[in-house]
Amino acid sequence: MTIAVGAATRPLVSIRNVSKQFANGTVAIRGVNLDLRDGEFVSLLGPSGCGKSTLLRIIAGLGAPSAGSVEWPTAAHDASGQAHPDLGFVFQDPTLMPWANTLKNTMLPLTLAGVGKSEAEARSAEMLALVGLKGFEKSYPRELSGGMKMRVSIARALVTHPKILLMDEPFAALDEITRHRLNDDLLTLWWQNRFTAVFVTHSVFESVYLSQRIVVMAARPGRVMADLANEAPYPRDALFRTSAEYAHLCRVASGTLREAIAA
Amino acid sequence: MSEMVHSVPHDGTDAEARPVFAEERRILGIRASSWPGIIAPVVIGILMLSAWEAVVRIKGIPPYILPGPILIAQTLWSDWGTLSGSLLITLRITFAALTAAIVVGVALAIIFTQSKWLEKSLFPYAVILQVTPVVSIAPLIIIWVGDINLSLLICAWIVAFFPILSNTILGLNSADHNLINLFQLYRASRWQTLRYLRLPAALPYFLGGLKISGGLALIGAVVAEFVAGTGGSASGLAYRILESGYRLQIPRMFAALIMISLTGIAIFFLTSWIAHLCLRNWHESAVRREN
Repeated sequence: MTIAVGAATRPLVSIRNVSKQFANGTVAIRGVNLDLRDGEFVSLLGPSGCGKSTLLRIIAGLGAPSAGSVEWPTAAHDASGQAHPDLGFVFQDPTLMPWANTLKNTMLPLTLAGVGKSEAEARSAEMLALVGLKGFEKSYPRELSGGMKMRVSIARALVTHPKILLMDEPFAALDEITRHRLNDDLLTLWWQNRFTAVFVTHSVFESVYLSQRIVVMAARPGRVMADLANEAPYPRDALFRTSAEYAHLCRVASGTLREAIAA
Repeated sequence: MSEMVHSVPHDGTDAEARPVFAEERRILGIRASSWPGIIAPVVIGILMLSAWEAVVRIKGIPPYILPGPILIAQTLWSDWGTLSGSLLITLRITFAALTAAIVVGVALAIIFTQSKWLEKSLFPYAVILQVTPVVSIAPLIIIWVGDINLSLLICAWIVAFFPILSNTILGLNSADHNLINLFQLYRASRWQTLRYLRLPAALPYFLGGLKISGGLALIGAVVAEFVAGTGGSASGLAYRILESGYRLQIPRMFAALIMISLTGIAIFFLTSWIAHLCLRNWHESAVRREN
């Protein structure tokens, strides 16, 4: 594992000196600089309270930074200069509408964008099939297991074919078997569609398994401590999970995380 | 996008998460396990009525003090012409008031949640309207409005609209915070957020308010008519009670009272049934679980 070098191409997102202080005085993050490149899989790894979720929400445009800026060099901008990036967001909870069935939940971004009903339904059904939920279109969220609800949430985030998928500890509440399965399926979706993935997690093992790049963060105040490249080739599967290389990478990432916490 | 071959995902918890409803035996279209819950109150009712009839007969209580249930039933039958006409008038006022309460309550709730300032400025007056006893303002309303039916409607509306207003406001503000964020992410308009998020989230709360307001609209209609005390052929059940009292036709008074109670029960079941139909697919209150 080496320190990642800046790519020559224009980044998809450019985070410049971003700080966030909440109204109660808490400094959530301070002076974060980060470039996210097109198509890469990045994990934000850190202990709870290190501001990784706050950073993700700022990238998504939910809450402006107190200082610094988030730039989208390649995205569309409106007349006021506000960037309108194509993004998908997966929350820690599935965050589904309980009154709507799986298909209607998945359709939501398309409905809000004014896509016609029949086209929206067709695209949502296709997306649901891709996350392995064919046949569950008419089910309500309460009828689904935790893992299946998370699949719906991912389908909804991907139904617009976004350039970037932001995920905030999406699998933290799931059991390990389900989590491994969803990790594999997420990697397959990413491999086939090549969106940029930003994955917030506090699990070293999850971050090493999934990502090409691990941004290690520390708490109080939240800041970036290290930017590790993970060059293990894809596709990664169960074999990778038990390999010596994986164990080695986890050891390196754990060490960096420990230093970051101690710093 | 190429295809990703998947069978049904086995995410470990499928079996426990998908409730399986065993089909239960039905008697006269009602589930066998529901029958004790129906039979028990009916048996209690019959016992009470029998005891009442027995006391009236054994003690020889005259009908102008306390009529027995059989006499009341006979009166209900013989006076049905007058009483049913009055019932219709009371029902008309009740449902007109309830409809107005729904329209005004929901509209005000939506306006209040769109503008915090409007809510802050106007909500106290809605509370004042709610806490002022309707009997004390009914005479004023009757004097000011002139038309007696419209006055009764306004009184019943005042009593009925507050639960719908306050519950709907609570519901509109109860939408999941992450879902609100999601709507922001997709740059949903105010109208879209209302239509696809806030209104569905408010539905269970609104229906809770509707259940309360249904009964209150009837009470409001009856109380207002008591205060108005208007006679004539076009008067409701409350006036029938007053009139029977003046004439010492106590069995008829009881018959009218029973009709009001039964109407209240019917309204309650109607609103409960509507709530069940609206929520049965998704809301915790209406979902049947086995465990």
